Amino acid sequence: MRFRRRAPRAEQASPPPVPVPAGPPAYLMLDALGRKCPIPIIMLAERIREVPLGQIVAVKADDVAARTDIPAWCRMKSQTFVREEPLPQGGWAFHVKRDY
Amino acid sequence: MPFFDAASTEPLHPAARDALLEALETGWADPARLYGSGRRARMLLDQSRARIAATLSARHDEVSFTTSGTQAVHLGVLGALAGRRRVGRHLVVSAVEHSSVLHAAEAHERDGGEVTEVPVDLYGRVDPDAFAAALRPDTALACLQSANHEVGTVQPVAEAAEACRERGVPLLVDAAQSLGRVEVPGGWSLLTASAHKFGGPAGVGLLVVRKGVRWRSPLPEDERGARRVPGFENVPGAVATAAALEASLAEAPEENARLWELVERVRREVPRLVEDVEVVGDPVRRLPHLVTFSLLYVGGEAIVTELDRLGFEVSSGSSCTADSLRPSHVLEAMGVITHGNVRVSLPRGASAEDVERFLGVLPETAARLRRSAGATG
Repeated sequence: MRFRRRAPRAEQASPPPVPVPAGPPAYLMLDALGRKCPIPIIMLAERIREVPLGQIVAVKADDVAARTDIPAWCRMKSQTFVREEPLPQGGWAFHVKRDY
Repeated sequence: MPFFDAASTEPLHPAARDALLEALETGWADPARLYGSGRRARMLLDQSRARIAATLSARHDEVSFTTSGTQAVHLGVLGALAGRRRVGRHLVVSAVEHSSVLHAAEAHERDGGEVTEVPVDLYGRVDPDAFAAALRPDTALACLQSANHEVGTVQPVAEAAEACRERGVPLLVDAAQSLGRVEVPGGWSLLTASAHKFGGPAGVGLLVVRKGVRWRSPLPEDERGARRVPGFENVPGAVATAAALEASLAEAPEENARLWELVERVRREVPRLVEDVEVVGDPVRRLPHLVTFSLLYVGGEAIVTELDRLGFEVSSGSSCTADSLRPSHVLEAMGVITHGNVRVSLPRGASAEDVERFLGVLPETAARLRRSAGATG
């Protein structure tokens, strides 16, 4: 159980997972490392249009709130949340497929 | 200035205020002493206990006064776990319990116990079957809130109580958000609440332990508080709590119907007035007075500060405004947006005009904050 304790950057506690199957590479990579929510979401909303339909935009972020907010944003905006990929330097890359 | 944060604390009910002032005069003495003023304090304390017990269909000796809702939860959870240590050390909680329950669960875990967290759906509601499935032969205690404090979703307490009864597991119901407002379903073994949430004074909590439920104090021995809660009893607080509970229950049918409609209006209008907003929590199985919504691209602290500047006092479950840097564990467990979160919880007497004014300022406030955050939507 982990509750309300500030997760160290990028959840160093969680064991380095088996590398996620790479999947399609990101067409566009956004860097929101060090930025607090809602900035990562704002960046994602602003720039997803630069990606062709069916392509992937990835957002790098290390605010733990992004782990909830990016999938929730995808649900609200009818985009597909593909996966969360832990980054070696801390944080995650959140992969989102543009659906419309 | 409209105060829309009853879920944090309800303003003191006038009946509680009168009772408190009077009891400060009459109930100041040590209720453990045998002389006149002590006997009078004892009588006031016992009467308050009996009045509260009557509203819960409980026995008067099942009710204890604690110093807060949080202390009631800590004593309730840890005491029930200690009382059933021989059965096992497994604890079941929902993922959206109040922090006091989850912190007690963490303490239990540090002490070598085991905790199962039952997840919730998008509305923040526990699936009763999943709750039942989490119960094991070595489960010492299960905890389920009556209603969620951040999103107002009412939990399936009756179903959980039935499942617990079948397995012989005691159920602790944290009724802090609903006691005095809506009826708490029966079937619980322990119940906790907080007086200031229903118009009573701060510094008084309720811990109710049903006869026959095994409970052992996790704290050092003390003769007071019926050996459940250590320390000198707050007699005036107990008297005011009984008065607040009776008064709010008496007003609840009419006031709830009124507040339900106001909340319904907020739930309907906010998505119409503001783009990119999500109203969260169960639309039907909900508390009458509470609604929560999240505005995309807006910081929780920014929106609370801005609404305060405009004269509206609301709360937010977003990080930075909560007491930690992590986002709300409730919103996280539900899988909804954690930023831009606004909780509107209407106190007794909240006016329709104030709610309209709130709806009036919200669109421009949201637009302004989004512009300053550089969000184009």
